[in-house]
Amino acid sequence: MNIDGITNGLVIDHIEAGKGMDLYNALHLGDLESSVALIKNVTSHKMGKKDIIKVDEVLDVDLDILGFIDPNITVNIIKDNVRVEKKHIELPKMVKNIIKCKNPRCITSTEQELPHIFKLTNAEKRVYRCVYCETEAEKK
Amino acid sequence: MDNLLSITDLSVNEIDELIDKASDIIKNPDDYREKCRYKKLATLFFEPSTRTRLSFETAMLDLGGSVVGFSEAQASSAAKGESVADTVRTVGCYVDIIAMRHPKEGAPLVASMHAGVPIINAGDGGHNHPTQTLTDLLTIKTEKGRLTNMTIGLCGDLKFGRTVHSLIEAMSRYEGINFVLISPDELKLPNYVKQETLDKKGIKYEEIKDLAEAMPKLDILYMTRVQRERFFNEEDYIRLKDSYILTPDKLAFGKADLTVMHPLPRVNEISVAVDDDPRAAYFRQVKNGKFIRMALIMKLLGIS
Repeated sequence: MNIDGITNGLVIDHIEAGKGMDLYNALHLGDLESSVALIKNVTSHKMGKKDIIKVDEVLDVDLDILGFIDPNITVNIIKDNVRVEKKHIELPKMVKNIIKCKNPRCITSTEQELPHIFKLTNAEKRVYRCVYCETEAEKK
Repeated sequence: MDNLLSITDLSVNEIDELIDKASDIIKNPDDYREKCRYKKLATLFFEPSTRTRLSFETAMLDLGGSVVGFSEAQASSAAKGESVADTVRTVGCYVDIIAMRHPKEGAPLVASMHAGVPIINAGDGGHNHPTQTLTDLLTIKTEKGRLTNMTIGLCGDLKFGRTVHSLIEAMSRYEGINFVLISPDELKLPNYVKQETLDKKGIKYEEIKDLAEAMPKLDILYMTRVQRERFFNEEDYIRLKDSYILTPDKLAFGKADLTVMHPLPRVNEISVAVDDDPRAAYFRQVKNGKFIRMALIMKLLGIS
């Protein structure tokens, strides 16, 4: 399957197969006017299968969201048909308003205006806990 | 330390300092009668409590300070839908320090972000209750003369009991501590506490179902309530409940210098016939709760 190259934009690569749509939604790519391609189940030497997203526009992407969903993702910035930067993503120490705390006893369940903040408590196991009630976040 | 939200906010050194200060208050109460003169404590209790609220209030009064507050959410603007942030921002304009109990987990953290004065978590749902843990530590230190090298038995509801989890966390930071976990299968200590605290720190522990069998090994016995509603069926509850009631017969298996503790309130898990035994420390524990809160209020207000 061929998808045209992009002149100026982003290639989000090495997305775990099946998570491309999560990322597409989390980054609100559906709201863009420019061309966006979500390619699923691409054959990969390293990963077996992977998803790729191509965006025909240079965006300021929220790397925290990417890192939270999958820290193995890479982001390539393309300018004038040339890759000018390759960003490796890290697990963010803290994420704000990306996920919601599901604990019905958490203060965020009754005080709707509070930001939902999760802190990384175990990098090895990718455990995030709500800063208010310490409930573990559900894995994306 | 600006606030006390969780026992893990305190280093071992800070805990030791608070215990030393509380021990000095016990010995020389007259030296502390004016320490907080003209200072005001607000007790904001969004759910009822007997011991905790009164112990905070008497602690401040014994330091020469004064107290304002409310003892249920219905008596506050929360009943009109005011947020925790707005309530504490308002109260912070009137007082020097706030002790807060709230049914929702994390409410004291929200309060600490907005109050402008120190916040003490006086219990947030089933989450944290750090001044109970400080009370327990002061009691162990007072009764035993040390916080190291001892076997602590925890009995009853080890699954849902927040006081048990916090005590394990706090005592695991001292040397030579072993735990005996005494509970029915239904109420065993959760795996995450075993893995993240006991196993991580290499603390020895054993799990036993029978209180009488565990008794001779213990230096401390920390009792908690086995609640009927925690069981799937009535039969299991009836079968198990008596195993976890401390009676003079079971206490007879204990060491002569055993210390029996309980966070209270008790229902029937310690027979009243045990109360007069010198090893029963739970009412001395209540008294310690006031002294450690006096030490804490002084520390948070920067008064030496």
